[in-house]
Amino acid sequence: MPQALLLQSLDYSVLQQCMHCGMCLPTCPTYVETKMEKNSPRGRIALLRAVADGDLEVSKALSDEMYYCLGCLACQTACPAGVNYAELFETARAEVEQANVNDGMQRGFWRWITLNVIFMHPWLLRLIGRVLRMYQSTGLDKLMRKLRFFGLMPRSLAKLEPQTPQIAAQFSDDIILPQESPIAGQGSRVGLLTGCIQDLAFSNINRDTVDVLIANGCEVITPRSQSCCGSLHAHNGELELARELARRQIDSFDLDSLDAIITNAGGCGSHLKTYGHLLHDDPLYAAKAKVWDSKVKDIHEWLVQIRFRKPTAGAGVSEVTYHESCHLCHGQKVVSQPRQVLASIPGLVLKELPESNWCCGSAGIYNITQPEQSQKLLDRKVANLKLTKAPIVATSNPGCHLQIANGLRSCGDHPCQEVTQPVTLLARAYRSERS
Amino acid sequence: MGVKRMGWLKFMTNNQTQPSLTLYNELARMRLVNTVDANFIQSLQALLSPERVLTSVEDIIPYGFDGTAVLKQRPGAVVFPLTSEEVADCVRLACKRSVPVVTRGSGTGLSGGSVPLAGCLVICLVKMDKLIEVDEKNLTLRAQSGVITKEIDDAAAKVGLFYPPDPGSMKISTIGGNVAENSGGLRGLKYGVTRDYVMGLEVVLPDGTLTFLGNKCVKDVAGYSMKDLFIGSEGTLGIITEVILKVLPRPKARKTMLALYDSMDAAAKTISAIIAAKIIPCTLEFLDRVTVQCVEDYAKIGLPTDVEALVLMETDGHPVVVEEEAAQMMALAKANGARDVRAAADEAEGAKLAAARRNAFSALARVRPTTILEDVTVPRSELATMVAFIDSVAKKHKLQIGTFGHLGDGNLHPTFLTNELDHEEMHRVEVALEEIVEETIRLGGTVTGEHGVGLAKKAFLKRQLGEGSYELMRSIKQALDPQGLLNPGKIFDLRN
Ligand SMILES: Cc1cc2nc3c(=O)[nH]c(=O)nc-3n(C[C@H](O)[C@H](O)[C@H](O)COP(=O)(O)OP(=O)(O)OC[C@H]3O[C@@H](n4cnc5c(N)ncnc54)[C@H](O)[C@@H]3O)c2cc1C
Ligand code: SF4
Ligand code: SF4
Repeated sequence: MPQALLLQSLDYSVLQQCMHCGMCLPTCPTYVETKMEKNSPRGRIALLRAVADGDLEVSKALSDEMYYCLGCLACQTACPAGVNYAELFETARAEVEQANVNDGMQRGFWRWITLNVIFMHPWLLRLIGRVLRMYQSTGLDKLMRKLRFFGLMPRSLAKLEPQTPQIAAQFSDDIILPQESPIAGQGSRVGLLTGCIQDLAFSNINRDTVDVLIANGCEVITPRSQSCCGSLHAHNGELELARELARRQIDSFDLDSLDAIITNAGGCGSHLKTYGHLLHDDPLYAAKAKVWDSKVKDIHEWLVQIRFRKPTAGAGVSEVTYHESCHLCHGQKVVSQPRQVLASIPGLVLKELPESNWCCGSAGIYNITQPEQSQKLLDRKVANLKLTKAPIVATSNPGCHLQIANGLRSCGDHPCQEVTQPVTLLARAYRSERS
Repeated sequence: MGVKRMGWLKFMTNNQTQPSLTLYNELARMRLVNTVDANFIQSLQALLSPERVLTSVEDIIPYGFDGTAVLKQRPGAVVFPLTSEEVADCVRLACKRSVPVVTRGSGTGLSGGSVPLAGCLVICLVKMDKLIEVDEKNLTLRAQSGVITKEIDDAAAKVGLFYPPDPGSMKISTIGGNVAENSGGLRGLKYGVTRDYVMGLEVVLPDGTLTFLGNKCVKDVAGYSMKDLFIGSEGTLGIITEVILKVLPRPKARKTMLALYDSMDAAAKTISAIIAAKIIPCTLEFLDRVTVQCVEDYAKIGLPTDVEALVLMETDGHPVVVEEEAAQMMALAKANGARDVRAAADEAEGAKLAAARRNAFSALARVRPTTILEDVTVPRSELATMVAFIDSVAKKHKLQIGTFGHLGDGNLHPTFLTNELDHEEMHRVEVALEEIVEETIRLGGTVTGEHGVGLAKKAFLKRQLGEGSYELMRSIKQALDPQGLLNPGKIFDLRN
């Protein structure tokens, strides 16, 4: 029996909300690239509405279009009519996966391994992380490259190999205690989400986050061996898996005892704040998920909310520019707070990046699925960074962090030499107060 | 949200068919036109390149509409020429095969102008986006017609020049679309509309002839002013492929102010007082309570949401004069009953306020499922009467209307916030629209100030124009496009 179309069971008013004004077009990276309506928010919504109206079948072409979309949500910021593109996007990707229009053994296999296996099992993910770490630290990776081992792998994978993140020497659980309290006078009690990629590649940023929180009088609770937040699954059409992960995430915190749950990855945060919607049909979790949503805070959002203390010492840098993670600025509408954090650091000048909220092409796993378009966006970002002449760029999402670092690495003489995150600079400033 | 307009609104609710479809069937029955077929597509692909000829459903569904949501129709093919010659080639081919052609810019039109006919050819000009020349000596700018309006002004700004017409859609509308609709903007009071800046047009005629009308000369009386015929012709007489625009020195200073009112009357009085004081501000825009609430909901810039009317005022020019005029305008606003008057701290804040106003129409779509936008315009002296009338109509028929518009030039956008699925309410909307149009015409106004006739205002055109000028218009169309292939059925039907 054919399954019911997800787009048809979606509240029709979400589709109807788009009144075709076109105000979102100039902010959509894919439309600006091709100038074809199909590649625009307005065009994509029209296609989805056509599916809901029964005027269009769920086809391979529709699937390709929905995977060409970055999911950057720039359109959602631009839309005066309040269209909820995030929901349309997730439903549409789930729709094309359900319809199985993308058959192809290889794609299926890699999707299954990644979404159903690796990112569902935190221990496995970290095990892979350990293996990778060993591989990188023993110099085996360089040897393999020399031996052209990767020439034997499928081309798309081989191309990716140099993009594999450098695995951190220690993971978050090794450097953050389950409970850490400020020395003097405690203010709030918060939970910390360590993320998966953030944990593997940037556990030091999680450490910095804890330090910054403690410096501002927060007690920090960090559950062990955390799961993936499920954003990867939701954005790639696996809503059921995403729900499972959301339930697990909620269960790992004692919600009532916490004032906030802190996330420092823009992409995760944007998804974490929508558990309420994701689980609204779940009799056991609907209410809890609502409370959860109200407590999840991006670290910068939280810092500004509790009127964080301005450091009295600098961070050892004089100029910085700021790249906005799409899901932080468009998804969570956290725009001014990271800038306030940077601006609070003595001796640090914030130089505005042209098109700071234009997607860098990382977009979840877009750099893997759409390498060509991803590269174009990366080139654009790198060129804009050059214009600022700033020696260091701050951003707040592991995906952007890795993508931009890759872009800068492959571009010889670039004034920008370092990618960092606002909390890291703030933590550095607090630390140098003591020296 | 559906944007429905009067005229075809009635048509839609009564017949449940789309007017363009009906027209097309009628033409096809008379064997006057053909649809795009495989053979035609092949010829197009040979003329352009295959990737610039779209025919698959997924590719063309997104070209079935413009800013006028309820009107929807699937074209046969969409092509993207890059040069004027390619446009001419496409038109010649269509002419030979009797396939109707609908020209499209960015599809932000609000009267259904670029809504296709079933199976027709859509020529989309967005890829003709070359800015050809900024001539500082003659104060002109030359561009292909697919260049985005804002990019025209940005290019002028780079060398200290200024292209004033700034429709709310300027970030995405094409200059060709602006010329074809003779679009207005927020600065119309002082600077006029698109027509006032067009010096020359390159046009492809319905038979495929490529011709240039006008030039860079400020004075030119050699024959009829043919370019003027094409300004505001809504794609029914020819396809504009290039434009020469007049640009001005960029004003050195600009000041933006907000005046808040507890009554619409006081706002209207202020406007009259400003004009009477011999001040011509560049902008006098007004938003009523509902509109302010929606705009604030979207833009979150701290607009007060408990006012009856908010007036955005702007003056520009020489810094000393700007300061003086701004002070005078603020004083006049106070004297005429403004609850509060404030000036934007700097140009950035002013720009933010103007940007918020530009989004008024789309922001209104937040309230109810269907948004029916009007474009009635009355002589400035009748403005307060008209606003009061709209208000009384809303009360009488128990309807929600958000009104905003260009106070300076009498162009109002009363916007019905309703639900197309509620037939009883839709009937009241229809009656209310009819009454507003009647009153507009009685006051010596026009049913459309800037959005064009397209499909939306067709039904009212004759009533406003009278038999003589209506027939004159049709005879011009007949003379230029005897086959009736360019945007047929827009503005008026070809035959009775
Ligand atoms: C949010 C919003 C705000 C708006 N604000 C304003 C405003 O303040 N003032 C105003 O006047 N309008 C406004 N509009 C209406 C609209 O943006 C204008 O009419 C604009 O000029 C249309 O440009 P376009 O490129 O989108 O043209 P389209 O919508 O694609 O086409 C409009 C008409 O012009 C014809 N056409 C397009 N290009 C050409 C060409 N090169 N040669 C011949 N015919 C052509 C089409 O066939 C069609 O009939 C607004 C619209 C929106 C959605
Ligand atoms: S999410 Fe990004 S790429 Fe996708 S339609 Fe919106 S703006 Fe375009
Ligand atoms: S801005 Fe919003 S309403 Fe307008 S076309 Fe884009 S998504 Fe639709």
